Amino acid sequence: MKHLKAINRKARRVEEYIAAQYGDVFALQQGGGPQQPPQPPRPHYPMGCSLVFSPGWEVDATGGTAGLCQPVERDLYDCYISCFWPAQVPDHLNNYPDWTSKCASAVKDWRNIDLVFP
Amino acid sequence: MDSYRLGEFHTFQGGGRQYLYLVPSGAIFALDNLSSAIINRLTEGECGKEELVSHLTGQGFTKSDSEEAIEELSQARAIAAGNGFDEEIQRAPMPFPLQTLVLNVTNQCNLSCQYCYEFGEDRLANPEGKTRFMSEETARAAVDFLLAHSPGRRAVHLTFFGGETLLNFKVVRSTIEYARESARASGKYIDFSLTTNATLLTPEKIEYLAENRVGVTISIDGPKELNDKLRVFSNGQGSYEMIIPKIKELLARHRSRPIAARVTLTSQVADVKRIYRHLKDEIGFHEVGFAPVTTSPVRLYAIGTNGLNDILAQFTELAYEYLDYALRDEDHGFSNVSDTLQELHAGVSKAHPCGAGLGLLGVSPAGELSPCHRFVDSDAHKLGSIFTGLDRSKQSDFLERGHISRKPECHTCWARPVCSGGCYHEAYVRYGDTGQANLHYCDWIRGWTHLCLQIYGEIAARNPKFLDRFDERKAI
Repeated sequence: MKHLKAINRKARRVEEYIAAQYGDVFALQQGGGPQQPPQPPRPHYPMGCSLVFSPGWEVDATGGTAGLCQPVERDLYDCYISCFWPAQVPDHLNNYPDWTSKCASAVKDWRNIDLVFP
Repeated sequence: MDSYRLGEFHTFQGGGRQYLYLVPSGAIFALDNLSSAIINRLTEGECGKEELVSHLTGQGFTKSDSEEAIEELSQARAIAAGNGFDEEIQRAPMPFPLQTLVLNVTNQCNLSCQYCYEFGEDRLANPEGKTRFMSEETARAAVDFLLAHSPGRRAVHLTFFGGETLLNFKVVRSTIEYARESARASGKYIDFSLTTNATLLTPEKIEYLAENRVGVTISIDGPKELNDKLRVFSNGQGSYEMIIPKIKELLARHRSRPIAARVTLTSQVADVKRIYRHLKDEIGFHEVGFAPVTTSPVRLYAIGTNGLNDILAQFTELAYEYLDYALRDEDHGFSNVSDTLQELHAGVSKAHPCGAGLGLLGVSPAGELSPCHRFVDSDAHKLGSIFTGLDRSKQSDFLERGHISRKPECHTCWARPVCSGGCYHEAYVRYGDTGQANLHYCDWIRGWTHLCLQIYGEIAARNPKFLDRFDERKAI
């Protein structure tokens, strides 16, 4: 909302309700190009169980991996800690809380993250 | 095209901002200049959309901004077109999980405070011939009842009450131990509090309460000459001299929970600021809360309209002192303000004035259930017993009569999200009906709520992070 500012908790809930009722879907919208009307920048959080937004995986702006916001190895943590990608890794909550304890820096130490044998 | 008109809300200012308190949602929004201009225009009367937009562009706002702001106000239901939003008020889901039991561990008391709702002239209780002290078995059965009837709740609460609670301290103690074990076994967290007149506090009891993190509220009415007017032993002797050294010892030793003073205001005892200064600064209570006495209007100690106005004026001064503290990120102990801010921050919108008969029940020494501790031992308000179960038909009758939809006087009042007609017990004493709105203090509630909204608005504008502590306070 631009002209009303939600102050208390209920107002924030009303705001969320309004966004859900009247808001648009932003997932794959681009906009802003020469032929398209400009769209206001809005945060886009994918649905699912993710708690953090961790950009920069896959490829950088040139199509390579050299200029990623975060190293590709960081993806391991996104599987392990934040449940971001649905990959099969040990679970950190109950069974393997120390799985990455030998991996202080993902870029340098990723080889220390070993297989587990339940 | 339908005209736009104002929705239901109360406006207030704070920290240079204009706010809307929306009714019945309880949401608080700050307005910008444009949305404020829309509200001002519609205050003068209904208006079609085109006329409204041209009025706004005439004031220098752009057309697209104006349309956007009208849309936002309309979506938030601050303004309405057409028939508006007549929606039925929801009923609480039943059976409602219990959160709190208040155990009246005894109906006996060693004081004879004249205004007491349990023993005074307006009492509802008829304890004659009934159990006077709760047994350990009954208290344990009450704990089992609480744990069994609180499905889905992670945390439950047990309050010990009286009579004078400490007359049956043995049962308080054994119940806490039993409840802690039982709660652990059923995967719940339980916490404890009690209210006492402090006359029977001893170093051993204080030690126990501190070690077990039992919240303690002391009933005390201020400095000696005020406290001793009505808080007396049966021979008429005041209780102040006896309790003060014990309270000081409690405050020195018990640091695990804030210790609160609970003051009953009467026509004779209404010097709020003096009482607050004494209890907070001289005695050292962490919090001090005030409540006007519940009584029929004919009693000598009843507070009339002028008295209530005077109390509100004194509350206002203390509330602004609270604001100064809040802007400096400091705690102030005037709990009437913090309790109301807590509700405003959450944005409560009550269909019932309180949790009595819903998430909270009172238990008599014999194990009979009642809507809250104030109705304990009153046959007319019995809601079953912990041994035979909650009487669902009586409960539903009680709740239905107390529901906001049955209080037509409240339907045009902007303070109904926080008040919902007010205390059931007060209503019964005044009008003989728990479902009657407490019309004798409507102006007071509106005055107080408006004041607290202004305080809230000031804090939200000038030190918003202070409000985070209201998120944490009832986190469990």
